Amino acid sequence: MELRVRALETILTEKGYIDPAALDAIIQAYETRIGPHNGAQVVARAWTDPAFKRALLEDATRAVSTLGHVSRVGDHLVAVENTAQRHNMVVCTLCSCYPWEMLGLPPVWYKAAPYRSRAVKDPRGVLADFGVSLPKETEIRVWDSTAETRFLVLPMRPEGTEGWSEQQLAALVTRDSMIGTGFPKSPGAPS
Amino acid sequence: MNGVHDMGGMDGFGKVEPEPNEPMFHTEWEARVLAMVRAMGAAGAFNIDTSRYYREALPPHVYLSSSYYKKWLLGLEDLLLDKGFIAAADMAAGHAVQPPKPLKRGKFALEDVERVMVRGQFGRKPAADPRFKSGDRVRAKNIHPVTHTRLPRYVRGHVGVIERDHGCHVFPDSAAMEAGENPQWLYTVVFGGRELWGDDADPTVMISIDAFEPYLEPA
Repeated sequence: MELRVRALETILTEKGYIDPAALDAIIQAYETRIGPHNGAQVVARAWTDPAFKRALLEDATRAVSTLGHVSRVGDHLVAVENTAQRHNMVVCTLCSCYPWEMLGLPPVWYKAAPYRSRAVKDPRGVLADFGVSLPKETEIRVWDSTAETRFLVLPMRPEGTEGWSEQQLAALVTRDSMIGTGFPKSPGAPS
Repeated sequence: MNGVHDMGGMDGFGKVEPEPNEPMFHTEWEARVLAMVRAMGAAGAFNIDTSRYYREALPPHVYLSSSYYKKWLLGLEDLLLDKGFIAAADMAAGHAVQPPKPLKRGKFALEDVERVMVRGQFGRKPAADPRFKSGDRVRAKNIHPVTHTRLPRYVRGHVGVIERDHGCHVFPDSAAMEAGENPQWLYTVVFGGRELWGDDADPTVMISIDAFEPYLEPA
């Protein structure tokens, strides 16, 4: 694979389509600028600022753009709120659509057949693969990302975090809790 | 197209296996492939829907047995060959032996990098009023386009409810074929688990897709 990839890059470079240094810069930008820390900041802000939370659920693209430290999200970010009654989970059955700016590049399991095939038919079974179980009466809402809308799950704030700062709370927010395949860390749990 | 990429509801793929502390890339070539796809797209060689279509069009056994970034590479090679940006002779030589084809936005250079770090805008001005509103019952049409579509098989023929109106967006079915943006209204449509999977399904599960207006009819 490595040789084949290198050959294609050589061809594209020699034809004058791309500058390899620009590819280096793209990779470096992905490696340093995007990641679940962006989403975690958004979630922590929503947990501590009720006006921001309302704005986020109303129009996440606009709400997130008011946070200077988060890169622009482009069109149509939708935040969906977990409650005691409803748990949200996000999938892309057709490919790998995922809110890159909020969560970084998707993990392999998100892009692979087991998750894509079963999330819409047996979400409780999929959650069990992650060691997650929900009360049997909790409604599970699965969002299949079939267009250019992107979904961010707003998990429930862990108990025992009263008075915590936004920064402290952000450290509890995991990537999987923003996809809906996990929960935030509990206060006091090893990081 | 009714391809193996349309996986919703299929059985037999086994358990989900999360990898602890997964790196962003598992090998260096994965990163190069991602960057080449982003760069050539930004330079105007193709749009995102066309690139998805070429991955879906890989032979089923290749699609299922290839890693994610291998699919990206194979799809990129096929696309660039088909559109004339590279030639079989270039591939055979491992070097550019044929002259280049002009790119819509020219060579992708360092100053273009910021452009790929911002997501594209897909919302468009509507040409007509929306046909549906929140709360409307709709049926996903029983259609089977042989080219790119974003209507997954598992909802076709089933009845759901419009929950959100996202405005008018580029229509992937047209854009993938380079037949223009043909903007269409986009809605979140929610289906009950039992509507999709039968009476034995978990009654607490609801599933939604984002559906373009041409995929839907009143129910």
